[in-house]
Amino acid sequence: MEIKVLGSGCPNCKRLLANVEAAVKELGIKADIRYVTDFMDIVNAGIMHTPGLIVDDQIVSTGRVINVEDIKRLLK
Amino acid sequence: MIVFEWINDQLLKMDWLHAIFEWLFGTVFGLSQETIWYQSLTFFFYDVIKIFILLSVLIFLSTFIQSYFPPERTRKILGRFHGIGANSLAALLGTVTPFCSCSSIPIFIGFTQAGLPVGVTFSFLISSPLVDLASVLLLASIFNWKIALAYVLVGLVIAVSGGTLISAFKMEKYVEGFVTAAPASAMAEPRIDDSRMSFKERLRFALGGVGQIIRRVWLYILIGVAIGAVIHGVIPQTLIETVLGAQNPFSVLLATLVGIPMYADIFGTLPIAEALVFKGVGVGTVLAFMMAVTALSLPSLVMLKRVVKTKLLVTFVGIVTLGIILMGYLFNAISFLFI
Repeated sequence: MEIKVLGSGCPNCKRLLANVEAAVKELGIKADIRYVTDFMDIVNAGIMHTPGLIVDDQIVSTGRVINVEDIKRLLK
Repeated sequence: MIVFEWINDQLLKMDWLHAIFEWLFGTVFGLSQETIWYQSLTFFFYDVIKIFILLSVLIFLSTFIQSYFPPERTRKILGRFHGIGANSLAALLGTVTPFCSCSSIPIFIGFTQAGLPVGVTFSFLISSPLVDLASVLLLASIFNWKIALAYVLVGLVIAVSGGTLISAFKMEKYVEGFVTAAPASAMAEPRIDDSRMSFKERLRFALGGVGQIIRRVWLYILIGVAIGAVIHGVIPQTLIETVLGAQNPFSVLLATLVGIPMYADIFGTLPIAEALVFKGVGVGTVLAFMMAVTALSLPSLVMLKRVVKTKLLVTFVGIVTLGIILMGYLFNAISFLFI
């Protein structure tokens, strides 16, 4: 599973990254988590409203910080 | 009209809350009304609690409405319009579209790649931090509805004219090349579209929004209220009147220039604005200060610098600053119409 968190470093983006890492750890699954901060990469991935969450090349959410429980549900 | 005033006084100004603290510090603790402690403490506690209540309710409502206007949808809508109509619509949509400053670059790039003129994108970027539902209601709570609506109107005018001027000066060429040169793969519709949320999802989104914003701004609010309390209780009226009052023709200029390098959430400027108004500072001067603090922020300017060349950035800052200053003087001149 490849998970990408896209954002340019503001607190919300970092929070989403932390939540994703916690969710993956709690689920005990193997996932490759990447934090994408380059603007062009973010836009080319189809995200305009950061923070964005992409799982296995599918855009899961844009513009919000999802909490750990919801991320766990999304990843299952 | 009386009902309206009651709503304004009790729900927005929360006179009852102020009365509670006046009682607490005056009667229970026995502080004399003249002392600095009484003035500052009553103001501090009343204002902190009032702002957090207002903040939660207003952010909840705003975020709920905003769930209907994700940037992707705004971009699609704007693509269908041209000229000043597009600028006006961009300015209007900017007021209901939320984004934190780190989104301003992706949004800029996204809009530009979709073919939206630079001016239209800037109208959006100017109005977004300047005007939104929450700040309008806040202003109504400090002043009154007429001023709040006038603020919205002027904010929109600044956004529309700013964007139109930027287009008129043909500043497209000052956008960094890599922005427009990138492939249009960004046009893909996200598979989960924000605008297709269910009602319950929107409620949760709105609640989440409140939590996020409070986490982000609580410190600004405490600092703002502390400064307001100092202004209220400690700084002598005469000093404020001399520097920022109606007699000083430079008050608007000063308020704007001081506000620009500062960045705080509008909720943090509210208590300072309240205290200044209480001490007799002109409406226009206070509005100019609030606008200067919220419209231009160092974080988003630093980010914009990466996608537009300096000349365009400077033009953008210059136009917005001028607009704010003009608006400040205008409001001071015609304030008798509003108060």
